[in-house]
Amino acid sequence: MSNNNKNHVISVLVKDEAGIVSRVSGLFSGRGYSIESITAAQTSEKGYARITIETSGGDENVIEQITKQLNRLIPVLKVVDLGDVESIERELILCKVIAKDEDRSEILRIAEIFGAKIIDVTQRTYTLEAIGDERQIRSLIELLRPIGIKELVRSGKVGITRSNQFTSTKAE
Amino acid sequence: MSGTETQQKTDKLTGAQIFLECLRKEGVKEIFGYPGGVILTIYEALYNCDFIKHYLVRHEQAAVHAAEGYSRITGKPGVALVTSGPGATNCITGIANAYYDGYPLVVFTGQVGSSQIGNDAFQEADIIGITRSCCKHNYLVKDVKDLPRIIKEAFHIATTGKPGPVVVDMPKDILSASCEFVWPETVKLPGYNPNYNGHPKQISKALELLCEAERPVIIAGGGIVASEAMEELKQLADKLHVPVTNTLMAKGVYPETDEKSLGMLGMHGNFWANHAVTNCDVLFAVGTRFNDRITGCLKRFARDAQIIHVDIDPCSINKNVKVDIPIIGDAKNVLRAMLDEFNNNNYEIHHEVKQSWLEQINEWRNKRPKIEHNSEKLSAITVIQKLYEYTKDMDPVITTEVGQHQMWAAQLWKCDKPRRFVTSGGLGTMGFGFPAAMGIAVADKDRLVINIAGDGSIQMNIQELATCVEYQIPVINVIINNGYLGMVRQWQEKLYHQHYSETKISGPDFVKVAEAYGARGFRITKEEDIIPVIQQAIECRQPVFIDVVVDEYEMVYPWVLAGNPINKVLLSNNCPIN
Repeated sequence: MSNNNKNHVISVLVKDEAGIVSRVSGLFSGRGYSIESITAAQTSEKGYARITIETSGGDENVIEQITKQLNRLIPVLKVVDLGDVESIERELILCKVIAKDEDRSEILRIAEIFGAKIIDVTQRTYTLEAIGDERQIRSLIELLRPIGIKELVRSGKVGITRSNQFTSTKAE
Repeated sequence: MSGTETQQKTDKLTGAQIFLECLRKEGVKEIFGYPGGVILTIYEALYNCDFIKHYLVRHEQAAVHAAEGYSRITGKPGVALVTSGPGATNCITGIANAYYDGYPLVVFTGQVGSSQIGNDAFQEADIIGITRSCCKHNYLVKDVKDLPRIIKEAFHIATTGKPGPVVVDMPKDILSASCEFVWPETVKLPGYNPNYNGHPKQISKALELLCEAERPVIIAGGGIVASEAMEELKQLADKLHVPVTNTLMAKGVYPETDEKSLGMLGMHGNFWANHAVTNCDVLFAVGTRFNDRITGCLKRFARDAQIIHVDIDPCSINKNVKVDIPIIGDAKNVLRAMLDEFNNNNYEIHHEVKQSWLEQINEWRNKRPKIEHNSEKLSAITVIQKLYEYTKDMDPVITTEVGQHQMWAAQLWKCDKPRRFVTSGGLGTMGFGFPAAMGIAVADKDRLVINIAGDGSIQMNIQELATCVEYQIPVINVIINNGYLGMVRQWQEKLYHQHYSETKISGPDFVKVAEAYGARGFRITKEEDIIPVIQQAIECRQPVFIDVVVDEYEMVYPWVLAGNPINKVLLSNNCPIN
């Protein structure tokens, strides 16, 4: 890891109880850690949820503290810094682009290259749905920006490890 | 919840009755509290309850501090019970105080009825949201059937790992609903597994390093109190011939009268302890968080030392100080493992090398300047010194508030046992000492309990005199009265151009206040009054205020200005600031 302050995606397996997201996000704000994105949803097993947080601006010490502080929360079962293990990260975006006549074929071409779908069309706009890793999403947005982005909605990152270490809530 | 539960009663009980039964199961005998609308069912159940003694405080903050005092002397969790809304929000400072200093509490708060939560009902406060960042864990009870499990978990979490406060918020309807009382046999918390045993490899590495060290120092922290590791610490220090300095939270974990004791380090610690830590080659820190009050400037802290850090809370490690050998575990277990390892293997100790290091430290120690007091007026230092000399053989517990008097007390009181010096270290809560002393006196009824206070901080929970009088709790408050918020004034004197902005503080006539409450009041203005008054105060076995009128300009030295390295010490008024 050459760049110390790159964004980290941290995957947190928790007991799915009331207030758990605010418990986790409150820890970040209370200790001055940043949240670039946060997603939370149930896992395949009832009663457990996974919270994926992308954090920026932290050096290794900060990331170490974040991991430890998260582990200290009672309903937190497991914390994995996806940057530390082999993992796959994805983000979904919905992007409404101004579709002037002369730009329409270009939008379609870009969508095709990135494997994005046109999920809605109006007289003036195309709405694209794209899924990709950070680099792909960034490039796509950069290419669409000069054409005219009307609205952009991002899911925030989710990630999964490639080994089997983090796949089951019953791992322990 | 699972098959491991056993049925103990078939009759249905209300939530309020279940609450009391759970306390009984946890061995709780005394609680501190204040009633209110939503917890009236509990007070109804308490009315005929013969196994719980409830102490009615005069402010909820004091209930929590008293519970912490109770916990500090007994090692058991303290319990407070308060109502919703303001009752609960008044507890925040107490909860935060216990959280920073790591003492086990279970604080029960009432909550408005489940269906009213979120509707801004009368006396509603989102206490779960509010306390989230200042307690170890909290629970909102949503079903009366969950109450026993939650209470059992709360006590378990409060007392294990790094101890701390747990809040249980109980809505009104839960307390009046009824169900069978089923006490779970075990606690199942898959996300909570404190690590008690240090890694054996790390332990032998640490031991090797300490044996080879030429200038080793041990910093003993409050974690040693929590894990009762005093004996192990003493043995290890003796065997390895290593000097020991202690943090404020660890007064008495290593006998301060022992020759290897350097006493307290830090901002107002002994300068020889600060020098030893600055110049050591191996620093062995046990159960301390490396708070800024002991490290000073982090970059200059023990720069040349290899640092070994034992703590049960992984978050403490590498948080402030970069550590070479981290050991996550319970202080007692780790120190015991080190002793076993040392006894079973041939570790070599070069006593001459270690002895010359001790001699070097003693040289620093002998340079200690004599404390001079040039004023006609009574010196606070003299008062505390005399109080110490007079009471030390009575094995008293000292509590303090926060400020100059706290630091003088910490410097002058030589503790040879833990749990004898009770003070708010992490949060620095003025108003802590008096109610904490009250909790201690409730827990240990024959103990002499003295709260050394300032005239500012005693006024923060002065209402507890009524509680002490009602229950005849004989706490002695020695109020070091200099008419100022002395510690703040001290900073203003050196750092803010002697602009004593809002630090001159008036107080009532403390003798009359004591008498008005039905307590005993005394006043000391001359040195020769000190001993006779203390004697009377101890003999009367009543709650006491002693108003000690002292010199308003005395300062606490040694003093390391915030942000400076800890070996850059001001030793007296004449030291220039650079």
